[in-house]
Amino acid sequence: MSCCAPGAEVLGTPSATLPEGEELLLASRSLGNGERQVELAVPDVHCGACIHAVETALRRVEGVTGARVNLSTRRVAVRWREGLAPPPVAAALAAIGYPPHLFEDEAGRDRTLSELLRAVAVAGFAAGNVMLLSVSVWSGAEGATRDLFHWISALIALPALVFAGRIYYRSAFNALRHGRMNMDVPIAIGVSLAYAMSLYETLTHGAHAYFDASVSLLFFLLIGRTLDHVMRDRARAAVRGLSRLMPRGAVVLAADGGRDYRPVETIEPGMRLLIAAGERIPVDARVIAGTSDLDCALVTGESRPQPVEPGAAVRAGTLNLSGPLTLEAERPASASFLAEMVRMMEAAEGGRARYRRIAERVSALYAPVVHLTAFVTFLGWMAVDGDWHKAITVAIAVLIITCPCALGLAVPIVQVVAARRLFENGVMVKDGAGLERLAEADAVVFDKTGTLTLGRPRLVGAEALAPELHAIASALAAHSRHPLSEAIAEAAPRGVATPVFETVAEHPGLGLEGRMDGRLWRLGRAAWAAPTEAAEGEDGTVLAEDGVVRARFHFADALRPGAREAVATLARTVGPVTMLSGDAEPACRAVAAALGIADVAARLMPGDKVARLAAMAAGGRKVLMVGDGLNDAPALGAAHVSMAPATAADIGRNAADFVFLRDSLAAVPVARAIARRAGRLIRQNLALAIVYNVIAVPIAILGHVTPLVAAIAMSASSLLVIGNALRLAGGPGEAAAPVAPAPRRNTLSAPVTAR
Amino acid sequence: MTTLAYLIPVALFLGGLALVAFLWALKSGQYDDLDGAAERVLLDEDDALPADPRAGRR
Repeated sequence: MSCCAPGAEVLGTPSATLPEGEELLLASRSLGNGERQVELAVPDVHCGACIHAVETALRRVEGVTGARVNLSTRRVAVRWREGLAPPPVAAALAAIGYPPHLFEDEAGRDRTLSELLRAVAVAGFAAGNVMLLSVSVWSGAEGATRDLFHWISALIALPALVFAGRIYYRSAFNALRHGRMNMDVPIAIGVSLAYAMSLYETLTHGAHAYFDASVSLLFFLLIGRTLDHVMRDRARAAVRGLSRLMPRGAVVLAADGGRDYRPVETIEPGMRLLIAAGERIPVDARVIAGTSDLDCALVTGESRPQPVEPGAAVRAGTLNLSGPLTLEAERPASASFLAEMVRMMEAAEGGRARYRRIAERVSALYAPVVHLTAFVTFLGWMAVDGDWHKAITVAIAVLIITCPCALGLAVPIVQVVAARRLFENGVMVKDGAGLERLAEADAVVFDKTGTLTLGRPRLVGAEALAPELHAIASALAAHSRHPLSEAIAEAAPRGVATPVFETVAEHPGLGLEGRMDGRLWRLGRAAWAAPTEAAEGEDGTVLAEDGVVRARFHFADALRPGAREAVATLARTVGPVTMLSGDAEPACRAVAAALGIADVAARLMPGDKVARLAAMAAGGRKVLMVGDGLNDAPALGAAHVSMAPATAADIGRNAADFVFLRDSLAAVPVARAIARRAGRLIRQNLALAIVYNVIAVPIAILGHVTPLVAAIAMSASSLLVIGNALRLAGGPGEAAAPVAPAPRRNTLSAPVTAR
Repeated sequence: MTTLAYLIPVALFLGGLALVAFLWALKSGQYDDLDGAAERVLLDEDDALPADPRAGRR
């Protein structure tokens, strides 16, 4: 992928806080040679010049002993000497324009992929060489030469069967042990019987050996399996590479006044935590000192920041916006809101757990039919001429010719091509089964905050404001990271000189205060900025000069680009569209009206959302859920199929089948269209495989299949399904659908280097 | 016939050599960053080559 490849541009926003010091140390590991290493995600690395810039900058940082960028995974591994404090690598990277972040890390390197690749290599080597020897046999080698070639083939095929075939043997054994059938059972049986029979032929100087069939079958099937794995792995890596939204730890105040950064798991109730502005709250807690505003959008779906004072209860996962807070932990991480959501999600496993993939359903029918046919063939030949050797040979030829080579390739190849197509449109699919379920969906449920909207306020009616006043407000607002301030600063009028304040102070939970030419300007809560003027209970945002209101500001949550078109398309092509939100009724009504959604439910708790989905499922609906918040995670797990934006909470991203990386909601109908086309192609490929069997099986039963015929028939059917699958890559397309380049979100946030 | 006695071993040996070379390349991490490797060719390394961060793990 080059710099300009679609899908390369966004992998979520870097979190506002950079991982430094203790957090970096917590994420790092010892290499055992006196050095520590940490891996950071650097989503902005695109090309060779980026590699050079990042590595050079990092190696100049004091204490760093090495740095290496992995361009494929967009990560950089940094090493430093053990025992030293972690060097300020994040600041160094942010300074050159590559803000890094920590990411969800799982079991390190992928063992399955290297096992599959090794198996493909061994099977490929064996298939190539055995095929060369087989061609000589087919072209007329006889007597001792043929026997020699058969013996060499047997010697080459045996290690390939053991090494490459064990993947199938293991899977087939597991399936049989649990009383199930999968595609690997007929493969394992067919391949081993073919080998055993060929070995017998070789011992008795026979003419027909199927060594080439058994290894080339393995080779083709392994290619399909590897492709399938690579596709899922790529999507998982991209999703894992998104920044962690939940903190790894927090600063704990000890009784003697000492400060200690501790991992979240070790925080216990009663401990005192210091949370700076811009940090997320790690556990459910109570405020004991400080005032601030909390951004609860990801947790409850409320779009307006909530002011907090000493005594207020705060939930894990909320973002502290404006002032430092001292908290007392009330519950350990294992009992906090986040953990509760994970438990609900596990309990709510919906249609997904019951869903069986198309390939599984087909193979459950296919394997018994194939084995029965082979067995009946054997009995038939025994009855007809009583030669058991001939009967077994023909029965095994039937097994080989029906081996689900086309099936094993047909489904994964279509899904790989579909995943590639989705990736070009900025959508990651985590599992082939997700594609199949998306094609089935017949109802859509949206969350509001962060999904239909961007979850950040936008100033409305800015044209009506006097430009001078707006310029004053913007100059004040530029000093704050409060989302409302950022909205005012972003909409700053052009062509008006920016006023300069002598002093500016932020009062958490209230607003900003600045002095200019002896006058006191306040921007913030009406009751604070203009106490004499504000009506009782008035909650708006105003700009006041010496206590006199000069301008009022109104905000609305900005809709995601493409939201209206996406909702209209989905309502037309999928089914009824519903909005379930945790936010207040008026905010929900406004968004629903703007988007043309009739069915709205507001103020829902996470459990209510799951109950709604369960009710829809009970009514026979297969629901596509699109959501981003922590409170949506159980619903994402309960839905038939689910999608989340890249900005979603960590567990939401993990629960969803699809993650879309761009701001535009157009990704949802595009993904649906691709999933439907993929479903159609899979069914076509299955039909092709059946047609092939209908033609080939009678020939095999009549005993006309020699090893040469088997090799030609298998290759031809595989090529046919691959060719058909590749039609998805071309063709008319969703790629033409307007996917507006995402406005870079970080232009809105305060400069990350400020910290 | 006698030609087969050495041609087949030679063919198999060469094929096996390629297989071993591939497995070695896989094991030594040369397939970990294909995009990066393509770009690194174009970099002018003024300073000494960076030590591989994985060196300690092997």
